[in-house]
Amino acid sequence: MSDTYTLYNSTVMEHFMNPRNMGDLKDADGVGEVGAAACGDIMKISLKIKDGRIADARFKTFGCGSAIASSSMATELIKGRTIDEAMNFTNQEVVDALGGLPPVKIHCSVLAEEALKAALEDYVKKHPESAGK
Amino acid sequence: MRHVFLDHQSATPVAPEVFEAMRPYYTEYFGNASSLHQHGLRVREALKVARQQTAALINADSEEEIFFTSDGTESANLAIKGVAYANERKGKHLVVSATEHPSIMNSVEFLEKQGWTCTRVPVSPEGLLDLAALKAAITPQTVLVAVHHVNHDIGTIQRMTEVGAICTAAGVPLYVDCEASAGWLPVDVKAFGAALASFSPHRFYGPKGVGVLYRHKRARLVSILHGGVQEGGRRAGTENIPAIVGGGAAAALAQQRLAFRQEHTAALQRRLWDGLKTHVPYIKLNGPEPGPDRISTNLNLSTEFIEGEGQLLLCDLNGIAVASGSSCVSKSLKISHVLGAIGLDHALAQGNIIMTLGEANTVEDMDYTVETFAKIVTKLRGMSPMWDEFERGVIDSVINPTGRGKSFSQHAADISGKAAH
Repeated sequence: MSDTYTLYNSTVMEHFMNPRNMGDLKDADGVGEVGAAACGDIMKISLKIKDGRIADARFKTFGCGSAIASSSMATELIKGRTIDEAMNFTNQEVVDALGGLPPVKIHCSVLAEEALKAALEDYVKKHPESAGK
Repeated sequence: MRHVFLDHQSATPVAPEVFEAMRPYYTEYFGNASSLHQHGLRVREALKVARQQTAALINADSEEEIFFTSDGTESANLAIKGVAYANERKGKHLVVSATEHPSIMNSVEFLEKQGWTCTRVPVSPEGLLDLAALKAAITPQTVLVAVHHVNHDIGTIQRMTEVGAICTAAGVPLYVDCEASAGWLPVDVKAFGAALASFSPHRFYGPKGVGVLYRHKRARLVSILHGGVQEGGRRAGTENIPAIVGGGAAAALAQQRLAFRQEHTAALQRRLWDGLKTHVPYIKLNGPEPGPDRISTNLNLSTEFIEGEGQLLLCDLNGIAVASGSSCVSKSLKISHVLGAIGLDHALAQGNIIMTLGEANTVEDMDYTVETFAKIVTKLRGMSPMWDEFERGVIDSVINPTGRGKSFSQHAADISGKAAH
């Protein structure tokens, strides 16, 4: 074959093939693991929080190419944000940064948002003094 | 990079001799078979030859029992709806196996909305139809039984002569979907006791755009496409002559090469499955083991702790074309109903891919696939929280339970707040 065709756009494919921030964080300050009832995908995000900001983020994903790319992109986007900023993070940022996802795959980006928020909630539960900062 | 095509169930290349047979019917012999002049009469003759060739492949008595459609889906729609409508006054009950192709299942669902009822006969964990349940499902109102010869998803070969005997004894016509078998395994409509049977040449080195429906001359069938009187009035519309000619040529070629195809793919199937189960831990073959109950071309695999689409994408990036029956395939988020019907654990249904073999595949292709697939699985497991949780004893394996941790499905339900599917 002379040309290569891809199921997703080049940004999504790139994040699928070379995911950023893949793995777990030792001594994570917050961990969130969520599952999507729609398709069965599972996403886990671990956060390191320093001075009220996300110092580091890692993900692990059981899911399709766009789920892996969404979690990779989400962890890239949220690094450096304050907890408040991160709490207002939406899946649309992931979709936009990835240059779009097929309509049937938008829920992958929602899962990334949910995993991030679950990780933040886990952190806030352990550090109630940080809430609202 | 090596290119390995392992999706022969979806398409095959048109064989050079088939292509050559088709070529003049695009340019030189372009006539419409309904025309009464030389141009029409010439292609009418070509249609007759193609009917004879396709009839011979399935041991039909006469070419008059062959109808050409556009593909397998149309054949299935015509068989199910055409028989149901033709026998409406006799009864409005249908019997199908629980693992028929969507073209059959969805045709049945369409009829159910119009007042027909249908019994779906269960299958064993290997996909074999429960014959006692089949027998029990047939009532005096039953007008059609539909059972596939070979399952499109998991490759199970049904006991067609026994299925046929049950239907014959009950006096109910049997429709046999041979889409996954014709061209690779002998099909004998007489031995099967089939009143109707369908297959598609694009699955065995013929072109797309033609489907074949066999109908025994005594089986009642009405048209579902209305227009002219082509195909004995059973299928209106201008015949796709080049594709039909190619379908006939592919059927003739299949008859010659059937023994080679079976032997060749059976050897590759064993090598591939042996290699995969040796080099990939926690992998399961869905459907029967390679042997008399499984078609030699199909491997349906579930690899635990990873999802199917990622496997497919990475295979593709490494030159290996496979099909994914998993939940997250682009167009459908549902798991295959066949995997549901054989009772496969949801976690395994999600990590499902299908490899289907063909003539051009080699031993080297199999070895490359095993080696590459093992690397892909390692890469995806490295990214999967489920693999990590399995290693830490949080969740257990379905394929090889260790006795520690909860089930994947339980875990998924706990964290999603809803039961998976």
